[in-house]
Amino acid sequence: MTLASNQSPSPEGGNAGSELGFWRSTIRVFAENRLAVVSLFVLIFVVLFCFIGPLLYRTNQTDAQKALLESIQHASPSWSHLLGTDANGFDILGRLMYGGQIALIVGFLAAIVATVIGVSYGALSGFFGGWFDALAMRIVDVGLSIPVLFLLIALVTIYRPTAPLLIIVIAAVSWLVPARLIRAETLSLRTREYVQAVRAMGGSRSRIIGRHLIPNSVGTIVVFATFDVADSILLLASLGFLGLGVPAPQTDWGTMLSNGVDVAANGYWWEIYPVGLCIVLVVVALNYIGDALRDALEVRLQRR
Amino acid sequence: MLGYLVRRVLQAFVVILGVTLIVFLLSQLIPGGQARAALGPRATSGQLANFNHLNGYDQPIWQQYWNYLIALFHGDLGYSYKNNQGVTSLIADRLGKTMVLVGVSTLFALAVAIPIGMAQAVRRNRPFDYGMTAVTFILYAMPAFLAGELLIIFFSFTLNWLPSQPPTDASAWAVLTNPVPFILPILTLSALEIAAFSRYMRSAMLDTLTEDYIRTAKAKGASSRRVLWGHALRNAILPILTLIGLTLPAVVGGALITEAIFNYPGMGLLTVQAASNDDVPLVLGTTLVATIATVLGSLLADLLYAAADPRIRLGEQ
Repeated sequence: MTLASNQSPSPEGGNAGSELGFWRSTIRVFAENRLAVVSLFVLIFVVLFCFIGPLLYRTNQTDAQKALLESIQHASPSWSHLLGTDANGFDILGRLMYGGQIALIVGFLAAIVATVIGVSYGALSGFFGGWFDALAMRIVDVGLSIPVLFLLIALVTIYRPTAPLLIIVIAAVSWLVPARLIRAETLSLRTREYVQAVRAMGGSRSRIIGRHLIPNSVGTIVVFATFDVADSILLLASLGFLGLGVPAPQTDWGTMLSNGVDVAANGYWWEIYPVGLCIVLVVVALNYIGDALRDALEVRLQRR
Repeated sequence: MLGYLVRRVLQAFVVILGVTLIVFLLSQLIPGGQARAALGPRATSGQLANFNHLNGYDQPIWQQYWNYLIALFHGDLGYSYKNNQGVTSLIADRLGKTMVLVGVSTLFALAVAIPIGMAQAVRRNRPFDYGMTAVTFILYAMPAFLAGELLIIFFSFTLNWLPSQPPTDASAWAVLTNPVPFILPILTLSALEIAAFSRYMRSAMLDTLTEDYIRTAKAKGASSRRVLWGHALRNAILPILTLIGLTLPAVVGGALITEAIFNYPGMGLLTVQAASNDDVPLVLGTTLVATIATVLGSLLADLLYAAADPRIRLGEQ
């Protein structure tokens, strides 16, 4: 609101620097949201923890025999194992980093794949309209009516996926929502004057979709992708929790939590709370960042 | 009203038909084919061909889909080779249990969320409102598997107040006769719904309370209780039926997690066990049945809404 009133009135069409101004105002509105800034730092910290941490805190996370021989199972936190050990004698702090790498990589890549598929599908559907759009959207309706976890488990049972395949499988159940969002956006954008102008000047369909419709939906796309990273991390954690996560000796946060709750009655808290905290922190941080991005990009949309 | 009914029922029918097609196509994707999955890695090519011929898997794919639909129509969901039993009989008594769990949790969520949302709207921007907003955000953000485990650790292991799982041999209706062991599963499953419903109730009440007819009712001298419960609530509460329909797929997914945590023998636990057992026909069967139940549940919610809202019931003949 305050931003809009600060703008000096400029004629429609904007000046040459307006592209930069869009992003600058987006960043400014985002930065005004303290919770989102804190969330961004939390996310950066977790990423550094998972990817740089293993360089500073060296532990064995792959050799199961060595782990069994060298350390006590279910050891409580001590100076040699800061967060204790698990049922196989693996160091939990190191395992959080190791499992976090898979959770973050799968989460981010699955969200990117789902967004790319969904955006292309939705843009094509909205742009061509007619029977093509009707059929394409009925397919999305059908897909969305299947409870996500059931569909995900069906795919996992058929393919027994490793970590790279899990990215595809999770993306396969989560491209439907962006398809619907982008289709709605395309429907409204394709009637705008500038799209009609491109068409009148003889611009090809692929140029209209690729250079005009999709770039103008970038706010919707970025916001969806942010939320979808959180959702993908949760889906992977759910699979891990159900014992259907990445195959051993690899691990992910959901699998770690699942192993931890097996021994919850014994009071081995270090096998449950740290990993639970990691999942919640990352998911909540991503949701706050997505919220703030939506607010920030909506300001941009209002000025368009 | 009739036009709306017909369109809505037809739409649900088309979606269900589409779901059968997706599930059928998934069954075609099994690496090595269904014969290899059923007969194992040592089966000879002759045995595989014989199996395919017996089951009609050597026919054109559209013919197979037609056979599949006919079988579905007769209540035949396929055969679980791992269990040596028909999928339909394996699912039979599980569906009711999941429906009871989802139904009771939804009713519980409504009973909790509607008063909370109303109270938040009435006490807008006061400590109670802020406090409940924080609580609903936590309920939203907490994954069901973590929430359920924390409840078990606290109420079952630490305090020893509640059992960590309901009796597995209980009938579907045991939740009514012996509710105590079902408290934790219901709390876990309804957390998401409580968050969604109370957020909706809060904003709907805030909108409704600014309407002209509320001011009119107040001006006529109606008591504030009558305005709140008689005028505002009746108008704000109806769309919650639509919200129930919309959240149903997520709740059914949540039921799967909840059943896995509490070892509650419904469709979800059956699905997880079948998945660990590589039993593709059983997983596809539960997926199909759970989806059809979800679609019909959403349809029911929409029809109830149409019947309850006079604008739809009496409008657009």
